[in-house]
Amino acid sequence: MREFGYQKVLDVPDAVAALGADPDARFLGGGTNLVDLMKSGVERPARLVDVRDLPLDRIEPTPGGGLRIGATVTNSDLAAHPDVRRRYPALAQAVLAGASGQLRNMATVGGNLLQRTRCGYFTDVTKACNKRNPGSGCPAVEGEHRNAALFGASRHCVAVHPSDMGVALAAFDAVVHYETADGPGGTPREGELALDAFYLPVGDTPHLETALPPGALITGVTLPPAPVAAHSRYRKVRERASYAFAIGSLTAALDVEDGIVRDARLAFGAVASRPWRARAAERALIGGPADGDAYAAAADAELAAAETLRDNAYKVPLMRNLVVAQLTELEQEARR
Amino acid sequence: MAPAPLSTHSAITLHINGEKYTLPVDHRTTLLDALRERLDLTGTKKGCDQGQCGACTVLVDGRRTVSCLQLAVAAEGREITTVEGVAEGDELHPVQQAFLDLDGFQCGYCTPGQICSALGVLEEHAAGWPSAVTDDVRPEAGPPPLTPEEIRERMSGNLCRCGAYVSIVRAVAAAAESADAAAQDSHSHDSHDTKEQVA
Amino acid sequence: MTTAPTAPTPPAATTTGAVGTARSRVEGVEKVTGSARYASELPFTDLAHGWMVLSTVARGRVHAIDTESALAMPGVLTVVHHGNAPRVNTDYVGQLGPADPTLGVFQSDRIPHVGWPVALVVAETSEQAREAAEALDVTYETQPHDTAFHADRPGTYTPENAEVSKGDVEAELAASAVVVDARYTTPEQHHSAMEPHAATARWDAGRLELVDSNQGSMWVADELAKLFSLDLSAVRVRSEHVGGAFGSKGVRPHHVAAVMAATELQRPVRVALTRRQVFAITGYRSPTAQRVRLGAEPDGRLRAFEHVAQCSTSTVREFIENSALYGRVLYEADAHRTVNTVTRLDIPTPTFLRAPGEAPGSFAVESALDELAERLGIDPIALRVRNEPDVGPVSGLPFAGRNLLACYEEGARRFGWAGRDPRPRTRREGRWLLGTGVAACAFPSGVAPSTASVTAEADGTYTVRITAADVGTGARTALTQIAADELGTTPERVRVRIADSDFGPAWVSGGSMGTRSWGWAVIAASRELRERVALLTDIPAEGVTARVNTADLVASLAQKERYSYGAQFAEAAVDVTTGEVRVRRLLGVFDAGRIVNPLTTRSQLVGGMTWGISMALHEEAVRDQETGGHVGADFAGYHFAANADVPVIEADWLGEVDPDDPIGIKGVGEIGIVGTAAAIANAVWHATGVRHRDLPIRPDRVLLAEGDAQAPDRGDRTDA
Repeated sequence: MREFGYQKVLDVPDAVAALGADPDARFLGGGTNLVDLMKSGVERPARLVDVRDLPLDRIEPTPGGGLRIGATVTNSDLAAHPDVRRRYPALAQAVLAGASGQLRNMATVGGNLLQRTRCGYFTDVTKACNKRNPGSGCPAVEGEHRNAALFGASRHCVAVHPSDMGVALAAFDAVVHYETADGPGGTPREGELALDAFYLPVGDTPHLETALPPGALITGVTLPPAPVAAHSRYRKVRERASYAFAIGSLTAALDVEDGIVRDARLAFGAVASRPWRARAAERALIGGPADGDAYAAAADAELAAAETLRDNAYKVPLMRNLVVAQLTELEQEARR
Repeated sequence: MAPAPLSTHSAITLHINGEKYTLPVDHRTTLLDALRERLDLTGTKKGCDQGQCGACTVLVDGRRTVSCLQLAVAAEGREITTVEGVAEGDELHPVQQAFLDLDGFQCGYCTPGQICSALGVLEEHAAGWPSAVTDDVRPEAGPPPLTPEEIRERMSGNLCRCGAYVSIVRAVAAAAESADAAAQDSHSHDSHDTKEQVA
Repeated sequence: MTTAPTAPTPPAATTTGAVGTARSRVEGVEKVTGSARYASELPFTDLAHGWMVLSTVARGRVHAIDTESALAMPGVLTVVHHGNAPRVNTDYVGQLGPADPTLGVFQSDRIPHVGWPVALVVAETSEQAREAAEALDVTYETQPHDTAFHADRPGTYTPENAEVSKGDVEAELAASAVVVDARYTTPEQHHSAMEPHAATARWDAGRLELVDSNQGSMWVADELAKLFSLDLSAVRVRSEHVGGAFGSKGVRPHHVAAVMAATELQRPVRVALTRRQVFAITGYRSPTAQRVRLGAEPDGRLRAFEHVAQCSTSTVREFIENSALYGRVLYEADAHRTVNTVTRLDIPTPTFLRAPGEAPGSFAVESALDELAERLGIDPIALRVRNEPDVGPVSGLPFAGRNLLACYEEGARRFGWAGRDPRPRTRREGRWLLGTGVAACAFPSGVAPSTASVTAEADGTYTVRITAADVGTGARTALTQIAADELGTTPERVRVRIADSDFGPAWVSGGSMGTRSWGWAVIAASRELRERVALLTDIPAEGVTARVNTADLVASLAQKERYSYGAQFAEAAVDVTTGEVRVRRLLGVFDAGRIVNPLTTRSQLVGGMTWGISMALHEEAVRDQETGGHVGADFAGYHFAANADVPVIEADWLGEVDPDDPIGIKGVGEIGIVGTAAAIANAVWHATGVRHRDLPIRPDRVLLAEGDAQAPDRGDRTDA
């Protein structure tokens, strides 16, 4: 780890001004990912701007039943919040399925959106990786790729996004709010990105991960009202029972009336460089019958686009089975 | 335009176990290294230095935290409790006593982190927080009882290679009971307890 | 249950009954309050910090090291490397065999594997050392490397004395009614003790002193003396508390590097390894590829038992994972053939890891027996009982106490084995398929010479000194109990000081032989002390000390098959739609000799069984063939069981003793992991109908096997 400057900021204008357009500066939130990457040499910032004490730690209801979640809300506080648990239970479950109690106490919503892949080539600076060192190659394509992506990957990068929280946010149409210092005269300027547009396609630029403008500070996330979200669940499959990243996860929400799917949300985790909203599956479901065959057909509609490598093809039946099992469970819960 | 370069070192004051420590730090110094290498508070352990084992768990402002990913400079002004601050003089905390009596450790290296984590678990559970194994997280479902399954999940951020988990779960359960014997009524003896008997 | 028959030598008349009584650890308060200091936690004035620099290439030579840039960085004191390091002697035989060439640190520019130490950067602070080490520019001349291990690889050979046989295996197989011929694999596994290796070296009044985390301070002292051509009396190694070891904490390159730097700088130098470095340079268990062939009569009697176990080692040292030892003592058969083979690759040298040989070997053999039981339609326990030998199946030697049949019986009773439906895939609970499995286990019970001294102090207390190590086993507490009984006093009046090479030669914490070897020495010294004190009217101010080495006593032991045994029972739940496997319960019943401390022994056995869960379901180091190095060498990539993976585990014992040991001890350190993974794999078969012959039983393997099982005529699956 190289030496770096450190500065704590207490309000957003100071934060964005402090970071400026310095490519060697980083915002420090919970630090659970950034400090780790600094230790392993993946990140070598010259300056840290500590945003942990910004007044962005509130979760507030929005008109119509949505929520605005501040960027520095910790994962723990997010998962414990009554409105989150009531309106978006899958979001609480997703957060609780991530990391450990200690890490959830530190990690923030803003940082979670920006966390980097856990691909073993990315985190090891002695190895090639296009995401870390553009042009050096992606050894995972031929090498160790059991947890590689099914969707949207390229020969330049097959890494998956590690977030659990993001999988629920994707399902619920979250919007990311940010501020930059590029308003008139260096004043703050607000902007927003739908989560769908937040993460960039991999293409041949896997090192470019988000559409955030340079120097932007994530200030919060808005969850629009979504009645279907009250009937939602998050399921995570991993290689041990806890404290491990997903090899496949699912946010599912289902609203059934008279045996017909009125609304449904599906998002997959650990299958793409971003939380993967399964829109093809949703389209196949909505308006159709609420039964196992329809759930399987919906899963297949999404998974038809999956591109597998030598060792990650198991994710296709895994995701298919998860979709069927979770939708079935939600349907049965709704009937009770 | 890049701002003026900042210093790479700072003089900071840390509040640890009720004491104030003022020290200059290299910004790279984690809270863990500050405790162990600068303040001779070596009870907090370094198992992985990557947030992947929990051996370095301390309480920061009352919440369990991995001190290896917490920069010391960013911990200024926060109340830090390490394993050295858990007992009252020679009187062990009930969590410590339970770990000792039930042999909730072998080599002892993960133990300070386990104990600090258990303190956090008891607080979080008392606050009604659900966990990943809580079937119904909606607030209407009420707080989940602290079953062995709940303890296992909540303590899973603390790896133990000796394999003392079985005793650790018993120790946390025993400490929970002794800490709040009155409040722990029928909830603490639900079906999980009986279902998990082996023979 | 925990009371044992009387040992052959009568205990002291005034015994306080400490042995056999549950007792919390004597250092327990220190460990729960954080005051116990481990290797990197003792303060030293003027301490400098060393950081290892390891090769990033798998084969070749160091071309150049840019030490100038590193030395110009803040705080950097020195860079030790092959160009400036003092010469060390690696031509010697240490306590555990010939010198490990890996200890020839910085002796040449040759790189035989990824992770080979190329430099040590020393600086005033650890942050400075780390940054300079990471910035150190090392260039290499690389050569093509080969790190791929798989069954029947060309170049695989049989080392000397690695094959044992009796009878004609091929003929007996041909004459057998039923033959099982199955291949099994286990992956590269790492010790992953929670405390990373760390050592502080300094010169103090002409003596080299090392504060260390090891399994044998005399072992380390002796090797360092030989490496640096010092008189053994000029070296002192201490290792008061050890945060887990499991076979990895012997003499390692960082010891040598720390001594070199401390010698050059003439100040204390601490080298603490990072977790990644622990994965790279502290040893591991070789992957194995095993083939088991069993031939049986219709009633289950074995005609042929063959086990060929292949492992890998480095190009610098032949270390064999002796998996094929396992069957030599367990099962009777007309013909026996057991062979260990090895493949040399451009990889680091493997080493002892908890139950070396027996852990992977038992997975293959105990799985194969389950397959045979299935084929024969015989209960898996009945099959094992049918092949229980009266004497060593290959050696013909008598057993020094063997009560495996009682382990099956007691285990089956407590587990509820009777009435088990042997058909697979018949029990379901929600999304989970349920199954149960069983396996036997055995591990050698050994003893080695050790020296103990016991002092009767003038205040009526006693001090025991022995170069034992307590790596979490509870050795310090057990020795306190043993001494108290033999001295006719209470454990409170006995102080046991361990892990200081100045206390003399002693066996290491390894091979499940620690407490037995040290306990014997403590008993012998205590007896001699009692005899001497009996002649005195008063204890003089300086106390009275008796010092005994057990070499002669140990050498007089008759040659027998000396083993601990056990029966392992597992219940597994499998969700074949997600591939998740959960162990629901484990029960182990052991014939493990006299139990000195039921509290800590149970912890050790349960701990070993917990390792069995990790071995069955989680552990696997992945080596990238392109670079020859690990991918994901950290605790997020290398999984072992977390708390949520571990159910209620019960371990118990029969209380049988080794009749030839003064206490009756057999050893409990390793037996817990032996057979456990097979019991779990057998339970997974019972739950799903699919044999998993490759560990770990990962979700992807379960899912793919399920897909295969759905296809016609594909019941089983193996990657081998």
